[in-house]
Amino acid sequence: MSALLSVTDAHVAYGKVEAVRSVSLEVGENEIVTIVGANGAGKTTLLSAIMGVLPLKGRVTFAGQDLARYEIEDRVAMGLGLVPEHRELFVTMNVEDNLELGAFRIGKAQMKSSMERVYGLFPRLKERRKQLAGTLSGGEQQMLAMGRALMGAPKLLMLDEPSLGLAPIIVADIFRIVTELRASGVSVLLVEQNAQAALKIADQAYVMELGEFVLSGKASDIAANERVAASYLGFQHEGASTV
Amino acid sequence: MNTTIMLFLVQDGITNGAIYALLGLALVLVFAVTRVILIPQGEFVTYGALTYASLASGQMPGTAKLALAMGIVAFALDLFAARKALHGRLIARSLAANVVLPAIVLALTLTYAGQKAPVPVSMALSLVIVAMIGVYLYRIVFQPLAHTSVLVLLIASVGVHLALQGLGLLFFGAEGQRGPAVLTTAFTAGSLRFTGQSITVYGITIAFIVGLWLFFGWTRYGKALRATAVNRLGARLAGIRTSLSGQIAFLLASVIGALSGILVVPITTLYYDSGFLIGLKGFVAAIIGGLVSYPLTAVAALVVGIVEAFSSFYASNYKEVIVFMLLIPVLLLRSLAAPAVEEEKD
Repeated sequence: MSALLSVTDAHVAYGKVEAVRSVSLEVGENEIVTIVGANGAGKTTLLSAIMGVLPLKGRVTFAGQDLARYEIEDRVAMGLGLVPEHRELFVTMNVEDNLELGAFRIGKAQMKSSMERVYGLFPRLKERRKQLAGTLSGGEQQMLAMGRALMGAPKLLMLDEPSLGLAPIIVADIFRIVTELRASGVSVLLVEQNAQAALKIADQAYVMELGEFVLSGKASDIAANERVAASYLGFQHEGASTV
Repeated sequence: MNTTIMLFLVQDGITNGAIYALLGLALVLVFAVTRVILIPQGEFVTYGALTYASLASGQMPGTAKLALAMGIVAFALDLFAARKALHGRLIARSLAANVVLPAIVLALTLTYAGQKAPVPVSMALSLVIVAMIGVYLYRIVFQPLAHTSVLVLLIASVGVHLALQGLGLLFFGAEGQRGPAVLTTAFTAGSLRFTGQSITVYGITIAFIVGLWLFFGWTRYGKALRATAVNRLGARLAGIRTSLSGQIAFLLASVIGALSGILVVPITTLYYDSGFLIGLKGFVAAIIGGLVSYPLTAVAALVVGIVEAFSSFYASNYKEVIVFMLLIPVLLLRSLAAPAVEEEKD
């Protein structure tokens, strides 16, 4: 099976500082792939560059097409979606308008069915559909950001820290929905600091440190890796002191 | 002062204020969507007014040729941008919008120029010509600069203003012009006399404000424009092209500018450089509205109009001074109310 998204030897720099160095990754169809790593490892930078928000050196193909000459808006139209860390909602507009705009490039008839599907995944959004996005709680804003991205009917959804700052019960909800997305045929590239939860639902995983991938493989293998367990999963080695 | 004079001044102020309101709204709209402080808004006013006046008096306005020339440049830029992937359909669309349309309008203008076009025809042609200039201006100057800072955009904006004003002198000469009134009827209510022109000004201003409200509140493109103003990155991630939003904003601004010009030119003689001052008064209103609030801008514009009317009665030499001095207390209050913010980096 050929990969849906394939990144080869990607470099991303802020001026002279290279935040991402020689990174390669693949996301297949119907697959959840996660990138775990500490704060500042370059995960967000990598996702932004794949989306076209930041310039990237290297090769990125999506559904067989080289993305180099496509703008963000074209990538959205091709079926690539990003839910950024800061959500970037239209805070002075209501929930329904936010969702409607997510389907900006899609016809009116399809928009209605898309919206029903999003409301099915996030019933809370339906209850709040006339409320301004800026007045929603953090969890609801995350749901809205995901919902807006799903309105564009993406083939691959990239989620940047969806659990950041949310209550555990909502985090569980969001991870459940990510697995539901895979079941409905949407691939997910998930960047998370909550490595334990991410590795539990992912098929493949990459571990990122200081701008480079240091480990990759099946999510279950990565979760079992001692070094990963020590650094990211909060497990203690035998004999390590507890403070 | 007796009440008749006072009422008369208020009426005069509201008529002018209505036009400043339109211009102020356009400035707020363009700034919110593109971050451009639209100094050439005044040139849209003069171009609209003088194109209309020229056509009505049977002269050929140079703006029609300018529109075609700018359209050709815009088309060339589109071609250059698409050089890596030439989509036949996109190229055809660009050719139609940037070259064929202004060519047809130029042909129509040439046909009507020799024969003193009737008012509705002159109005329609002037609006279309200036609207095209506005949209091509965005394509040629501001779209390639869309990612730069507000300061760079402002400098470009000043440059465009100077260039368009120079071209205005070339097209229309240094002589002032007046155009025919859109409506020639008049009636009196009490001691006040309402001319057809002032009624038209009120009517069109209200219609435009209601129209804009409907557009922004209920249509897909209107919402997309608001979304771009609220969150540029969010809009792009939703698949809304910032260049499309920019074009719509400039289209609206140039139509509003031209319309204001057409409404003013039967009331006052306009010169090639008069638009700047009129635009600046819209700008005063927009600043009072903080460059974000539409209702505050509209109200402030009426205040500007009324202050102007009263100061031209009491101290006509200091009319402009008094109007522009309104800015100082407003800026002072605003700076006290809101701490200085660093310009957003985007």
